[in-house]
Amino acid sequence: MDITWYLVLSALIFAVGVTGVLLRRSPLVILLCLELMLNAGNLALLAFSRSLGNEEGQVFALVVMVVAACEVVVGLGLIVAAYRRRIPLNVDELRSLRG
Amino acid sequence: MKEVAFFAGAIGALGGAIAVIGLRNPFYSVLALIIHLISLAGLFLLLQGEFLAAAQIVVYAGAVMVLYVFVAAYVGNVDEPLWEPIPGQRFIAPLLGIALFVELGIAIVGSGLRSIESEGPTVELGFGSPEAIGTLLLERFLIAFEAASLLLLVAAVGAVVLAARKRPSEEAG
Repeated sequence: MDITWYLVLSALIFAVGVTGVLLRRSPLVILLCLELMLNAGNLALLAFSRSLGNEEGQVFALVVMVVAACEVVVGLGLIVAAYRRRIPLNVDELRSLRG
Repeated sequence: MKEVAFFAGAIGALGGAIAVIGLRNPFYSVLALIIHLISLAGLFLLLQGEFLAAAQIVVYAGAVMVLYVFVAAYVGNVDEPLWEPIPGQRFIAPLLGIALFVELGIAIVGSGLRSIESEGPTVELGFGSPEAIGTLLLERFLIAFEAASLLLLVAAVGAVVLAARKRPSEEAG
């Protein structure tokens, strides 16, 4: 399989993720769509790593995974905190920041 | 044989991705994402990323998704209208997604990189194995490795602070 196929698939998954962020209202689903985009990036990194015959891209993808895990932890913490304070979980209503 | 495996993985990954944004119930979206991640791990294997495929299954499909399932169950089924307020959004958003894909596709196909028009060079046995990745991580990318561990620590502390139960005195105010 040409590496191009993997790159096109990665672009497709990224576009689906962007569409999800633009379309959905629930912060939980928006986080899921961010995961989609990060994973599309990981797939592209691995494809380039394979096409260059060099493992450094895979280390990069591993770091992306770590960053994604951090993003999930903080994002879910925010969702749980918002839910506890009876704040509606809808990004259209989560517009103002108050201390 | 590789083609069959690629298309099976691609269909799983893409179907999972579309199901994530198409399903109304966030719980089902999380389950669809697990399918997507497992298919993606298969594609990583095809690209000789053995260690990353294993990490994808263990870290993502295992640990991170458990967090998501937990929060989806805790928050419960938020009855979210699938589309709405901004007029025309349900048409414009997919249109923007398609435009982005076309743009990226033009960039990829038109890049003229010769290295992506092949299967990639033949690599020696052990490419992408835990041993090779570990050696790189602890020698060449040691600073990135340490920074990642620090980031994880900060994120863990931050999540505890964010989601901690409010003290009764604050609750009144």
